[in-house]
Amino acid sequence: MLTDRRPILLANARIVDPSRELDFPGDLLIADGVIREAKKGIGAAGVPEGTEIIDCRGRLVAPGLIDMRAFIGEPGAASRETFASASQAAAAGGVTTIICQPDTSPAIDDPATVDFVLRRARDTAIVHVHPMAAITKGLEGKEMTEIGLLKAAGAVAFTDGEKSVTNAQVMRRALTYARDFDALIVHHTEDPDLVGDGVMNEGEFAARLGLLGIPKAAETVMLERDIRLVALAGGRYHAASVTCTDSLEVLARAKQAGLRVTAAASINHVTLNENDIGPYRTFLKLTPPLRAEEDRRRLVEAVGTGLVDVVMSDHNPQDVEAKRLPFAEATPGAIGLETMLAAGLRLVHAGELPLMKLLQAMSSRPAELLGLPGGTLRSGAPADVIVVDLDRPWVLDPAELKSKCKNTPFDEARMTGRVVRTIVAGRTIYEHV
Amino acid sequence: MNIVPKSSFVLSKRHLLGIEGLSREDISGLLDLAEEFVELNRQIEKKRASLRGRTQINLFFEVSTRTQASFELAGKRLGADVMNMSANASSMRKGETLIDTAITLNAMHPDILVVRHHASGAVALLASKLDCSVINAGDGAHEHPTQALLDALTIRRNKGRLEGLLVAICGDILHSRVARSNIILLNTMGARVRVVAPSTLLPAGIERFGVEVARDMREGLSGADIVMMLRLQRERMNGSYVPSVSEYFHYWGLDERKLAYAKPDALVMHPGPMNRGVEIDSMVADGAQSLIREQVEMGVAVRMAVLEALSRNFPNA
Repeated sequence: MLTDRRPILLANARIVDPSRELDFPGDLLIADGVIREAKKGIGAAGVPEGTEIIDCRGRLVAPGLIDMRAFIGEPGAASRETFASASQAAAAGGVTTIICQPDTSPAIDDPATVDFVLRRARDTAIVHVHPMAAITKGLEGKEMTEIGLLKAAGAVAFTDGEKSVTNAQVMRRALTYARDFDALIVHHTEDPDLVGDGVMNEGEFAARLGLLGIPKAAETVMLERDIRLVALAGGRYHAASVTCTDSLEVLARAKQAGLRVTAAASINHVTLNENDIGPYRTFLKLTPPLRAEEDRRRLVEAVGTGLVDVVMSDHNPQDVEAKRLPFAEATPGAIGLETMLAAGLRLVHAGELPLMKLLQAMSSRPAELLGLPGGTLRSGAPADVIVVDLDRPWVLDPAELKSKCKNTPFDEARMTGRVVRTIVAGRTIYEHV
Repeated sequence: MNIVPKSSFVLSKRHLLGIEGLSREDISGLLDLAEEFVELNRQIEKKRASLRGRTQINLFFEVSTRTQASFELAGKRLGADVMNMSANASSMRKGETLIDTAITLNAMHPDILVVRHHASGAVALLASKLDCSVINAGDGAHEHPTQALLDALTIRRNKGRLEGLLVAICGDILHSRVARSNIILLNTMGARVRVVAPSTLLPAGIERFGVEVARDMREGLSGADIVMMLRLQRERMNGSYVPSVSEYFHYWGLDERKLAYAKPDALVMHPGPMNRGVEIDSMVADGAQSLIREQVEMGVAVRMAVLEALSRNFPNA
C-alpha cells in the first residue's frame, strides 16, 4: 500500500503523551515517518509545503497502542487469524504495534521462525508486529530455547504463551540465562494441576452453574513461586496476566523488594467479571478465568497506581465451532485488538481510571518493558499516532469486526469513544468517518 | 637410571588431595622439580629408580584416557610397579562400598594410590581410611590438582612467570574441578583470574573466590594473557544449562574473532578432551597460539614431580 506520505498536521487537538504525562491542547506535526513536534500553535503557517492539515478539534491525539499479548494464527492456524486480518483489526482499534505470541504451529522457538514471522508481517500487516519467542523448546517446559540468538533475530521477550513452566528448575535456569542477555521473561502464571478440569472462577457462581472452579490460588501459587525464583536468579520478569487481589499483594511485595518484576492485566479482566458469563456465554470463557467484581475493582485500582504496569488485549481468535459448545467444552479465549481501547475508555468515563493511566498501560509502559521506540509523542519518535473521538457513542456490531473470528465478549455492547484515525510510520492506515 | 634431580624438594604431606592447602613454596618446588623431568622425558633413557620397589595403584571410578595414561607413565618412569584398576572391572560394580574397597586395597600394601572419582570428597574419604599416600586425580567438581600444576608449568615455561598474568578461565565453571584447582593455584601464585561463562554455568558465590566475573567473551577476554577453555559436557548443552551447541559456540566458543579480544600474544589452553565446534574452534585449537599439546607433555612431568616429592616424605624413605 503506497498511500500518501505527505507531512500531516493534527491541528487543535487534545494531545496526551503518556510517556511524559503531558496533556495539553495543541498541534502535532508528522513528517518522514516520525513525529516532528507536538506543541501549542504550530498552525498552518509553521508546516512544510504540501502538509495535510487535519482538524482534530474535540479529539484526542495519543501514541498508537502497543498490545503486549495477542495470539495470531500464523504460522499454522491462518483460518483463525492472519497477520493481515489481525493488523486490520488492530488499526481499527488504535493498536499500532502487536506483540504476537509463540504458541503457533510450529512454535516460535528458533531464530528461523522469528525471521519468518517478521518477514510475513512486514509483507502483509499494516501495523508493526513483533514476536515473543518461546522460553522452552516446543513450549514443552523442559529445555530452554536459544534466548540469545532469538533475541538477536528480533524476539522482544520470551514466553510459553498460555502455558506455565511448571518445572521450577527450568524456570530458574531460564531466568538466570535470560539475565545475561537482558531478555524479558513473560510468564502465564497458572498451576495446571490446580486448574485441573476447572473452567471458570471457583466460587458460588460456578457452583450454581454446576461448573468446576479454578481457584485464585492456581494463579497466586505460581506467581509466588516465580517471585522467589526471580529473587534467586535476578533478571527481568513479567507476569503475563494477573487477575486477582491475592496476586496484587504478591506483586506489591516483589516490587517493594526491588525485584525487576512487572505485570499485565487483560482488558477483559479489568472490565468484566464472572457474573458476565451469565447463561454460559462461552465468549467469556477465558484463561485465566474472569474473577469476582471485587477482584476486577482492585485490578483497575492497581492499573491506576501502576502496580499493574500493562493492560493488553489477550486477543485470542477462536472459530465459531470452538465456541458453539457447552461451556465446559468450549475453547477459552476472546478477541480484543479492536475493542481494547473502547472497553478501557468505559473505565475512564465511569471515573474508575484516569485517561493518562489507561494510555500509559496500553502504550508507554509496554514500550519501556519491551525496549520499543513507540508509546511516546516525543520529537523523533516513530509517527505511530491515533486520533480518538472520546465521546462518540456506538454499538459493537460483530459483523463489522475486522478480525477473522468474532468471539468478542463485547457483542452488541454500547461503547463511548472511538478511534477515528490510525497513523503508522507517518501514514494513515485507518480512518473512521 | 643414574640421573638424579638437582632439586631436593620434599612435599611435606602424606597426600595430595587438592591445591587448597599448598603454599606458594610447595607449588614452586613442584614446578621446579617438574622442569627437570621435562628434560628427562625428552631423552632416550627416561627411567629412574626413585620409586623402585614401590607399588602404585591407579584407581579410576570415572573413565579417563589421558590422566590415567599420564599417571601410569609417570609411575613407571620413576621405577614403581603400577597397576590400573577401573570402575568397570572393579568390585564397585558388584555393590562394594567405597570404604570396603579402601580396606581391601589397604590389605595389599600399596604405597601410592591415584584416585579419580565422580563424587566430590570421595578421594579424601578414601585417604582417611588408607595407610598409603593418596593423589587426587579428580574428584567430582571439587579439585584436580595435577591438572592445575601442569597448567601452571605450561604457563610458566611460555610466559616466564605466573605472577601478574591475567588468566581467563572460560566455560562450564559450575561443574569444573579444573577451574577450582586453577583458581586456587593462580591466586596463590599472584596471577589475576577472571572467569567467563553464562550465569547458568557459574556457581553461586563465585565472586568470593577472588576472581573477576564476566558473562561475555569480549569483556571476559579483554587484556587476557592466557585463555583457558573448559569442556562442556554433552548433556549440559541441549537446553538444560545452555540452549544449544550453536548458541553456546556463538557466544562462548573460542574462535579467532573472540581470541582477538585478548592480548595479541595471548596463549590458549584446554585440559582436554576438546569438543571442537562447541567450546573451541579447530583454527584456534590447532593454531599458533595454542598450548594444548604442550599441556599433555607437561602432564607426565608434573605427575612424576608429585610422585617423587611425595615419596621423599614416605616414613621409610
